[in-house]
Amino acid sequence: MKSIFKALAIAALAMVVFAVPGFAGDTIKIGSAGVISGDLAPYGISALRGVEIAIEDLNAKGGILGKQIELLVGDDVCKPEVSVNMATKLVSDGAQMIVGHVCSGCTIAANKIYKDANLLVVSPASTNDDLTLTGEHPNFFRTIAYDGAQATLMTNFVKNELKAKKVALIHDKGDYGKGQMELAQAAFEKLGGVEIVLLEGVTTGAVDFSAIVQKIKRSEAEVTMWGGYHSDASKIVQLLKKKRVDTIFFGGDGIIGDNFTNLAGKYADGVYATGPNDTSSNPLYQELAAKHQKKYGEDPGTFFYNGYACVQALSMAAEKAGAIDSDKMKAAMYEIKVDSPLGPIGFDKNGDVIGAGFSVYKVMDGKYKQVN
Amino acid sequence: MRWIYITIGVAITGVLGFLGIREVVSDPVYFLELLLGGLTRGSIYALIALGYTMVYGIIQLINFAHGEIYMIGAMTALIVASVLGLWGWNAGVIAILAVVFAVVYSCAYGFTVEKIAYKPLRNAPRLSALISAIGMSLFLQNYVMLAQTPEFMPFRSLIPDFAFWEPYAHIMSSVELTIIVTTVIVMVLLGILIKFTRIGKAMRATAQDKVMAALLGINVNQVISTTFVVGSATAAIGGVLIACHVGQINFFIGFLAGLKAFIAAVLGGIGSIPGAVLGSLVLGISESFFTGYFWSEYEDVFAFSILVIILIFRPSGILGKHEAQKV
Repeated sequence: MKSIFKALAIAALAMVVFAVPGFAGDTIKIGSAGVISGDLAPYGISALRGVEIAIEDLNAKGGILGKQIELLVGDDVCKPEVSVNMATKLVSDGAQMIVGHVCSGCTIAANKIYKDANLLVVSPASTNDDLTLTGEHPNFFRTIAYDGAQATLMTNFVKNELKAKKVALIHDKGDYGKGQMELAQAAFEKLGGVEIVLLEGVTTGAVDFSAIVQKIKRSEAEVTMWGGYHSDASKIVQLLKKKRVDTIFFGGDGIIGDNFTNLAGKYADGVYATGPNDTSSNPLYQELAAKHQKKYGEDPGTFFYNGYACVQALSMAAEKAGAIDSDKMKAAMYEIKVDSPLGPIGFDKNGDVIGAGFSVYKVMDGKYKQVN
Repeated sequence: MRWIYITIGVAITGVLGFLGIREVVSDPVYFLELLLGGLTRGSIYALIALGYTMVYGIIQLINFAHGEIYMIGAMTALIVASVLGLWGWNAGVIAILAVVFAVVYSCAYGFTVEKIAYKPLRNAPRLSALISAIGMSLFLQNYVMLAQTPEFMPFRSLIPDFAFWEPYAHIMSSVELTIIVTTVIVMVLLGILIKFTRIGKAMRATAQDKVMAALLGINVNQVISTTFVVGSATAAIGGVLIACHVGQINFFIGFLAGLKAFIAAVLGGIGSIPGAVLGSLVLGISESFFTGYFWSEYEDVFAFSILVIILIFRPSGILGKHEAQKV
C-alpha cells in the first residue's frame, strides 16, 4: 500500500516538473487581459476586439519575426483581486507579452506578476498616473493619454470655456475615479480662480444618491465633475435633472461612449466628457471601422483602436529588437513610430503615449459630439 | 460604570444636538430635503425589510434570497414595460400592468423558492436552511445574469413628472413622492391584513407557536407560503419604485439593497413588523443626514456603526423582544 502512495507521489512530482511552461514554441503568445464580463464589459470587449483584429491582420502578413501569433484571453471582471490570479494564469500559460488591463486598479495589482515574470505590458485603457509617473512599473506602456493630461484639459475647459467659478468634484472612491478627481483638484489649484466647493466620494452601486445630489445643489457648484464609470454617473445625472439642480455634469473617459448615453437616455443631453481625440479621418481608422462592422455587425466600442495600437506597438518593438526579449523590446519601444489608427504614435521615457490625446465632447441629441 | 456611559452619551447628544439645531436654523430647506430624501430611502428599505422580518418571525430563517426577489420584480417590470412600450400602449396602463406583472412574478418566485429551498429543510438544523438561502441567492443572481445580461440596462421611469408637483420638484422629485405615498399605502394594507383578516390571525398564531397553531387546525405550510408571497409582493413594489428613481437595473442590484434592508430589519428588531419599518426609516434618514452634513465617503461606515451601537444597548433591536438564542 505504502509503495503505491510513494509511486503516486513521485508521479505527481514528475508532472509538476514537466508542467513548467515558458519554453517558446513555434507561436508567439500574446496575453490579452481586461474586463470582459460584468457591468464594465463593454470597455474590455471593445479593446479585446481591437487586439483580435490586429492579430488577424499580423498573422495574415506572416506574424511577428516569421512566427504566427496566438492569443490568450483573461477576464479580470475589473476586480484587482481577480486580476492577480488571472495574471498568474496568463504567465503560467506562457504569455510572452501582455495587452491590458482595462481598469487601472487591476493593472496596478496585476503588474506585480508581470514585472516578476519580466513581461512587457501595454494597456489600451488604464489611465491612472501612478502607472507611469512613479517609476514603479518600468515594464508598462500605454496607448491612451494619462489622467494628468486629461485633468489639465478638463480644468482648463471648465475655467475658460464654461466660465465656472465654483465646482464640485465627486468620485466613486476607486483608483480610477478618485485619482482623476485628485488630479483635477491639483490642476485647479495650479490654475487658480476656480473654487472647489465640494470633494466627495460615493459608494458605487448605492441604492440612492439623492443626499449627495442635494449636497451638490447646496454647494451651488456651476460644474459637477465626476470621476468614475457610466452606471453611477447615469444615476447621479438623472437625479440632478429630476431635482432641478442647475449644474453642468462633466466626466472623464469613464463615461464616454454609447454605454452612458443609452443608460441615461434623455437625461444625458448637456453632459460634457473628455475622451480620446476623434481620429476618424485616418485611413487605417476607417478601414478598421469597416472590418469591425463586417465582423461584429456594429460600430467599434470605446477602446477598440487603442487595443489595435497596443498589438501594433508590441509587434514593431519585437521586429526592431529582432527577438522576443523583454529587455531588448523595451529599449525598442522608446524608438518606434507606430502608424496606428490613432495617428502616428510613439512612447516617452515614462511609457506614456506621444501623439494620442484627449478632446472634450458634449452630449447633443443623445450622441457625444466633439466641441473643442 | 453605568453613569460614565450615561455622561458620555449625554455629552455627545448635547454637542450633536447643538450643532444640529444650528445647521437646521441656518438652512431649513436643506434640512427638509435631506429628511425627505432619507424618508424615501427608508421607505424602500422598509418595503424590502418587511419580507425579511415576516419570514424570520414565522420560521426563524433569514431569507438571503429576498434581495434577489426584489431584483426579479424590477427586471419583470422592465421587460413588461419595454414590450408594451413597443406596442405603443398608454403610459398609465403600462405602469399599472408592469407593477401587476412584477408583483405576480415575484410572488411566484418567492413561493417557489420556499418550496424548493426551505420546506425540505423545515426540521433540519437552522444553519442548513441559512446555507440553502445563500445558495438560492447566488443561483438567482447568476441565473438572471445568464438569462438576461450582465450589463446595466436603462429603466425608463414609469412615473411621469406630475405637473401639480412642479413647484416642489426641487425639494423632492415626483418619483420620491410616489415612493413615500405607495409605501404608506402598502403599510396600511399590510397592517389590515395582519390585524383583521383570518390569514393574518393565522400568521400571528404560527409566529407565536408553530406546533400549537397546527394542533388548532391551522395549515402551517399554507401560512408560511402566504408569508413568503406577501413579503415578495412588497419587495417587488420596492424594486419597481427604486428602479424608477435611479433609472437603471442589473442582476446585482438585489445584493446591496437586500443587505441594507436586512440591517434595517435587525436594527428595528427582526421578527417585528413595526420594528422593520422603524429600523428602515432610522437607517435611511440617518444615512441621508450623515451624507448631507458630514462625508458621503463614510456613509456605509456610519450605517454599520449605528447597527453596532444599537445592538450593544438593545441586543434584540429597537422593538425586538428580548430572548436568549443562538444563531
